[in-house]
Amino acid sequence: MKPAPFDYTPAASAAEAVAALAQHGDDAKILAGGQSLVPMLNLRLARPAMLVDINGARELDYLREADGGVRVGALRRQAAVARWAATRLPLMAEALRHVGHGAIRNRGTVVGSVVHADPASELPALLLCLDGEVIARSPQGERTVAAGDLYRAPLTTSLRADELVTEARFTLPRPEAGWGFAEVARRHGDFALVGAAAMLWQDDAGRVAGARLAFFGVGGTPQRGAAGETALVGQTISGEAMRAAARAAAAALRPEGDLHASARYRSEVAAVLAERVLMTAAGRCRRAA
Amino acid sequence: MTRAVRLTVNGRGHQVQVEPRLSLADCLRDVLDLTGTHVGCEHGVCGACTVLLDGEPVRSCLMLAVQAGGHAITTVEGLSPNEGLAPLQQAFQDKHGLQCGYCTPGILLTTHAFLKEHPHPTPEEIREMLAGNLCRCTGYHFIVEAVEAAARATARNPR
Repeated sequence: MKPAPFDYTPAASAAEAVAALAQHGDDAKILAGGQSLVPMLNLRLARPAMLVDINGARELDYLREADGGVRVGALRRQAAVARWAATRLPLMAEALRHVGHGAIRNRGTVVGSVVHADPASELPALLLCLDGEVIARSPQGERTVAAGDLYRAPLTTSLRADELVTEARFTLPRPEAGWGFAEVARRHGDFALVGAAAMLWQDDAGRVAGARLAFFGVGGTPQRGAAGETALVGQTISGEAMRAAARAAAAALRPEGDLHASARYRSEVAAVLAERVLMTAAGRCRRAA
Repeated sequence: MTRAVRLTVNGRGHQVQVEPRLSLADCLRDVLDLTGTHVGCEHGVCGACTVLLDGEPVRSCLMLAVQAGGHAITTVEGLSPNEGLAPLQQAFQDKHGLQCGYCTPGILLTTHAFLKEHPHPTPEEIREMLAGNLCRCTGYHFIVEAVEAAARATARNPR
């Protein structure tokens, strides 16, 4: 299908985009990579009166490492972030390999995927797993929204209609941390039925000092596996410990069934994937110096 | 309200006046008469409309024509030399890498960019690359062979 008619404002800077949003409010949508928004326009699932295109706001096309994290501007494409991540944040490189296909990642942005808030997509779960946050700018100024406060429901965040997310921040794991990522999808590049990401690090005695576990495709929002994380801290790494933590984390999930997979199947797969990503992360851990 | 855009397609400049909602794919086909770019699903899944934007494959159904100003666009018409076929196209013909041909332009452009970054691809890399382009005729086997043949031809005779 073809989109319903809309007006179009190219914004040459974040300030111009924020001003356009303030003027048009709920009737306006930000257009960045367009890989989620334009399908919704074409299917007429979204009918904004105004598109504010930030592709001309070159100041938002950046990636910077700062304060133990990485800051990704709203115009930095997934393909470019993946090239950086290959050496600096392999968990993100692996997650991005599963985001659509090459042609999608050449246009799609990391921030766009983070704020589109599709519960089956990889990057919102990664924002949770890497203790991330987003910077939202409005005429009132800037505020920081932590990943845990961002996601409310499918495609719904706590952001206001007059806010532009200019940046997503992900914490860079400590060098000795291990990571794991896995998802089950019908075909490579499809939305995941279920997916999981994990980080794990040890103290100098070889016990788990900290863990992060996050799921996607298991409900209306990405989910942190907090019960599993807590269960692991202080434990010696073993198959049983990982399995118990994975089961505890998956037991707290309330996935919904749909035509792709039943709720029970999703719960089972979540437990299996959690165990796998934790084991993989444990295998990649180095002892703290 | 229509907007004026200056497009550069296959090295040629075009001035067009289009509605913001017109996709780049529809602009190429209906305004510029470059009907080699095919439109399938119109939501980014099938890959039939893939073109190169500054050398990188993108879905032309997920881009607005008004966004394409200032970029170099390559369509399947721009792949062929003045006479005959490019080695990649020849490989698809030789290996029967197409049947109905609907998906072929998108596959050619995706593969063209892929082979520049992966001159010696493994069959697995080829299949992952092709996962973004749906073909409902061939079962992909001959397409993979065509890509392998094109990689060999390019290695022998780099351009």
